[in-house]
Amino acid sequence: MKKEFKNIFQILVIALALSITACKKKDDNHNHDTPTPQQPGETEIHLENRIGNLKFYLNESYVNENGDSVKFTMFNYYVSNFEFIKEDGSSYVVPKDSCYFLVKANDMESQELHFKNIPAGKYKGVRFIIGVDSLKSAAPLEQRTGVLDPATGAQGMYWSWNTGYIFVKAEGTCPGIPDSLQNKFKYHIGLFGGYSTPTINNIKKVELLFGQNIEIKSTKKPNIHCYVNPLEMFKTPTTFDVKAQPVIMASPASKTIADNYADMIKFDHIH
Amino acid sequence: MKKNHKAICINHTLFKGVVVFFLILIWGCKKETQNETPNPPVPFQGFYQPEHFPSSEQPFDVSKINEKSFALGKRLFYDPILSRDSTISCGSCHIQASAFTQHGHDVSHGIDDLLGRRNALPIQNLMWQKNFLWDGGILNLELVAINAITSPVEMDESLLNIVEKLKRSKVYPQMFKEAFGNEEITSTKMLVALGYFMALFISDKSKYDEVKRGKAQFTEQEQRGYNLFKQHCETCHKEPLFTDQSFRNNGVQHFFTIDKGRYEISLISGDEGKFKVPSLRNIEFTAPFMHDGRFPSLMDVLNHYSDGIQNYTNLDPLLINKIPLNSQEKQDIISFLKTLSDFTFIRDKRFSEF
Ligand code: HEC
Ligand code: HEC
Repeated sequence: MKKEFKNIFQILVIALALSITACKKKDDNHNHDTPTPQQPGETEIHLENRIGNLKFYLNESYVNENGDSVKFTMFNYYVSNFEFIKEDGSSYVVPKDSCYFLVKANDMESQELHFKNIPAGKYKGVRFIIGVDSLKSAAPLEQRTGVLDPATGAQGMYWSWNTGYIFVKAEGTCPGIPDSLQNKFKYHIGLFGGYSTPTINNIKKVELLFGQNIEIKSTKKPNIHCYVNPLEMFKTPTTFDVKAQPVIMASPASKTIADNYADMIKFDHIH
Repeated sequence: MKKNHKAICINHTLFKGVVVFFLILIWGCKKETQNETPNPPVPFQGFYQPEHFPSSEQPFDVSKINEKSFALGKRLFYDPILSRDSTISCGSCHIQASAFTQHGHDVSHGIDDLLGRRNALPIQNLMWQKNFLWDGGILNLELVAINAITSPVEMDESLLNIVEKLKRSKVYPQMFKEAFGNEEITSTKMLVALGYFMALFISDKSKYDEVKRGKAQFTEQEQRGYNLFKQHCETCHKEPLFTDQSFRNNGVQHFFTIDKGRYEISLISGDEGKFKVPSLRNIEFTAPFMHDGRFPSLMDVLNHYSDGIQNYTNLDPLLINKIPLNSQEKQDIISFLKTLSDFTFIRDKRFSEF
């Protein structure tokens, strides 16, 4: 009897141990084992803020398309729902929950997006969205972790009174904005299209083609370097006058800014 | 792989020890409860689906509600620690005796005596709602609380700050551990626990419900009122929840500067001044009425429907000709509305502060 119990315990313990090693193995994969061509690889997307050829800095003045001098104090945005386009046009969809990123101008690390376990192969581009998809925007709280946790990761990018996240949050000053507003502009752009009744959808799809095939494999980790121009939110298709509309949040005018920033991220080079 | 295996061999005896320890623990707990309860304990009732209700709408996982997680949610609900200066709890604005509304206040009364712009909604049957607040702005039950907590005119506190306060408290770490299996306190757990508490606010024991179950009968007057109700009110205040969950303008407001209602969420022109059709369950306890608390009594509401409605912008087409009702008919409707009062619910000790 006692013996039997002991055996059961041993089996239990071994089962537990196995499950632990099984989990371990996953992370250890490409570090220790000898590489074979089929093994997945990693890649990085670097989203660097730039104005033309120059590095972008918070609290520096830049002249926008409308001729106004603007200074940003904050420039944060979400990107998510990544898929890498293979050379044959099909795509590898990154597991959704591992690719929600909040990119902040004042946090260099947040501008490096890491992707693991990408199937080895040749890729010619990447697709993603600026924003957070509608499914996640309406998901139970327990499924909103990391940068989507309203209290921690998403702090300041979550609306408490309206379902959804702020996709792009840009704040700063422009001397032409009235003193009564302390010369401040605030653009909090969100809206995922509504759940049961449709509303404005400011989710922007982005497709970046590399102009060449890049190889991802366990021994090769390409860095996809992109430039992001914050001033794009003030131009094309609409040249925007910050003085006329210094504050935009959940309102129809948000669409103008979103349509403008849809092309703010551009592929530059691979290294 | 090898390395791991070795490590496990070393810990083998330790593991056995731990397993035995847990067994003893479990056994110990069992024994204790057996000793302490000479009378058979009232089993904890979790979430249930009243047979005459539609299926629930919320994706919130109610299967995890148990005695401990419910108790944590209750403690949080009545704890002013959730507000900046520890003066206001959820229960300050959501009072059980008033079906969890703030009785006597037209618009909510919060921190520093600041006033909100809307009348507090009752908290009841939340699992059957598609969305929350007068404008339907929030889709998830467990996320509604963030609105009140962070609003500068309600509780004016940040979630992170609350987590810090809870961590420092003498009681919460233990309660979180009992509720969630580990001591770690996060805002997600806090909000989920509040959700567990509120998800059990099921009001299904009014006289109306008993009539539907075939266990009671309306009086003659109530029955007349019910017939009138079905004729004039049912389209919007749909049974058995007494709302069709749509957003409509019932003619109480004609300028939308303070509150644009559903428009603030949908941004569809034509939605200005539309508000969620509220449930009429427990309406006897939730005065004053409408999103801005403008009507003190049910008779005022009925007078509005019979005479007060103006053909304002975005008025619901169903109400363009008002609702013709004489004073007897109004009395009858009110007597029917009172059959929606659920005394079991508003007196249920499980939900009460003390
Ligand atoms: C200062 C008063 C006040 C406090 C404090 C308060 N509420 Fe509310 N509550 C309201 C008002 C007012 C509304 C309706 C607001 C609206 O529609 O915009 C409401 C709405 C709600 C609703 C939505 C009900 C529905 O049917 O849509 C829930 C749930 C709720 N509150 C829970 C809570 C919780 C949990 C707390 C504590 C964390 C809390 N409230 C604290 C005033 C308050
Ligand atoms: C066209 C749809 C419609 C019809 C028909 C209708 N109502 Fe309403 N009712 C509403 C809406 C919408 C509100 C909330 C309006 C607001 O706050 O701005 C409301 C609010 C109420 C309230 C206040 C509830 C609260 O919690 O403050 C009561 C009571 C009420 N109605 C009773 C009735 C009765 C009784 C009838 C029939 C005689 C009726 N209603 C017919 C749409 C309707």
